[in-house]
Amino acid sequence: MLKANDAMLSARNATFILNGRKILDKVNLDVRKGEIVTVIGPNGAGKSTLIHVMLGLLPLTSGQIIRRESLRIGFVPQSFSSTFTVPMNVKRLLSLTLKPSDREIETTLEETGIAHLKEQSVASLSGGELQRALLAKALLRKPDLLVLDEPVQSVDFIGEVKLYELISNIRKSHGCGILMVSHDLHMVMAESDHVVCLNGHVCCEGGPENVQLDPEFAKLFGPSAIKMIAAYAHHHDHDHEPHESPDHHHKH
Amino acid sequence: MTALFDPVWQRAILSGLAVALVAGPIGCFIVWRRMAYFGETLAHAGLLGVGIGMMLSVDIMFGALITSVMLVAILLFLRSRKQLALDTLLGMLSHTALALGMISVGAAAMDDGHGHAGEETGDHAAGHSAVEAQGNGHVDVLFGDIMQVTATNVVAIWFAAIFVTAVIIWLWRELVAVSVHEDLARAEGVNARWVEAAFMVIAAVAMTMAMKIMGLLLITALMVIPAAAARRVAWSPESMALWAALFAAIAVMAGLGISNYSGVLAGPAIVLAASTIFVLTSIAPKGS
Repeated sequence: MLKANDAMLSARNATFILNGRKILDKVNLDVRKGEIVTVIGPNGAGKSTLIHVMLGLLPLTSGQIIRRESLRIGFVPQSFSSTFTVPMNVKRLLSLTLKPSDREIETTLEETGIAHLKEQSVASLSGGELQRALLAKALLRKPDLLVLDEPVQSVDFIGEVKLYELISNIRKSHGCGILMVSHDLHMVMAESDHVVCLNGHVCCEGGPENVQLDPEFAKLFGPSAIKMIAAYAHHHDHDHEPHESPDHHHKH
Repeated sequence: MTALFDPVWQRAILSGLAVALVAGPIGCFIVWRRMAYFGETLAHAGLLGVGIGMMLSVDIMFGALITSVMLVAILLFLRSRKQLALDTLLGMLSHTALALGMISVGAAAMDDGHGHAGEETGDHAAGHSAVEAQGNGHVDVLFGDIMQVTATNVVAIWFAAIFVTAVIIWLWRELVAVSVHEDLARAEGVNARWVEAAFMVIAAVAMTMAMKIMGLLLITALMVIPAAAARRVAWSPESMALWAALFAAIAVMAGLGISNYSGVLAGPAIVLAASTIFVLTSIAPKGS
C-alpha cells in the first residue's frame, strides 16, 4: 500500500456489488489520527455506501475493512429524510444509546453551539441545529474517529461555513480523525488533509491542492468546478489564512 | 350498564383492554418507523392462518399466530437479501397471503358444509365454543365478533399481553434507538436485526390477540390511530406509548359501549372512537 500502516480505519480493495451493479470497485482508503479525509464525488458515486461499509453497516462483496482494535467511532448520519417521528428533546436524543451525565450533555452541547436547545423538541430543530445535535451525540462517545455523511446537506450556506468551522475546531480540540463525505467541493477543499474523488472506484486522490489539478478530477466534476475551487482557494488565502502569523492578520 | 354483568361483554372488555395495552405501544413503533403497511400484511397472513386453522381444526388464533410469525420470518429473510425495497416485499407478501387466506378460508368453510355468514345474534352468547365459531369464521375474522371471545381466549390474550409488554420493556431503549435512526443505532452498537425481528414477532402476537375483537380488516387501525393521536400530546417516547395505550383503552371501552347500545359491530365502533379521539387531539392546543 501507498501509506504507512498507522491508519485507524482502512478499506482495502473494498468492493460492493448490489443486484449486479458495482457500487464500489476496489476502493482503498485510510484514515489516520487527527486527519480529515474527505470523500467527494457526484450523486450515485457510492459515497454513502463507502461510509456504510467502513462502519460495518453493509457487508463487502470482496476486499476488507481494517479497523484498529477498540476504535471508538462517532457517526453522524445524513439528516433525517423527512419529519422526525419520535417525540423527544435534544437531551434525550443524546442519551439514546449512552447514559451521559447532565454535565457531559451540557458541555458537549455548548461545544457544538446549541446549549440553549437542550430541552427543545428534536422535530422543531432546523437542519443545521439537528446536525449540531447529532454531532454532539457523536462527540459524547469520545470518538477516535468521527464519520460524517454529508454533514451540510440540509444546511444553508452561512450555516455550512460555520458547521465546517465547527468540525475543524473539533478536530483540533479532540484530536480525532474525521472521515467525511461531501458533494460540495469548495468548502471541503480548504479543510481537508486528504481528498478522495470517488466514482465507484477512486478516480484520484491526494492533498486538496493536488487533487484539483488532476485531469481525472476535471473529468469527474467538469471545468467549472475547478474554477470554483480555484476561486475559493484564492479567497481563502487572503481572508482567513495570512501567510505570516495570525497576529498580523489585520495589518494587511 | 347491564352489559357489565353479561359474560360476553365481560370477556369483550377484558380482552379489549389487554389488546389496547399492547396496541398503543406497538402502534407507536409502527408510526415511528412508518410501517403501517406491515400491520396490514400481518393481518393478511392472519387470514391465511385462520383458513389453515379451520381446515386442520385447530384454534384459529393459534393458526393466525403461526402464519403471521412465518410471514415475519420470510420477510426478514427476503429483506436480508436487500434486493427489493421493504414496501415492495410487503406488497408482494401481503397480497399473496391475502389470496391464500381467501382460498383457504373459503375451502375450509365449504368443508364444514355450512357457510352461514349472517348468523350473529345474541344466542351465540355464553359458552360459545371455538369449534362452533369456525363455521362462519370467514366473515367474523374479517370484521370481528366479540361473541367469539371465549374465556380461554381471554386468559390467552392476557398472557400474550404480559409477554408482549415484557418484551417491549426489556428492549425499550434499543427499540427507540432503532426507531430514531436504524443505521445510527447500529453504528452505536445496537443489534438492530435482532431488535427488529423481536418487534415483528410481538407485533404478530398483538395482531393475533386483537383479531376476534377488531376483525382482521381493522386491526392496524387500533394500533396506528391511537398512536397518531398520542403523538400530538406526547413529549417523550415513553409518554407517547402510555398515551397511545390510554387512548386505545378509551377507544375500546367507548366502542364496546356503542356496540352494546346500538348493535353495530364492535371493531368498527372502536376504530371510529379512536378516530374521534384523534380529531379531538388535533383541534386541542398542541402540547410539544
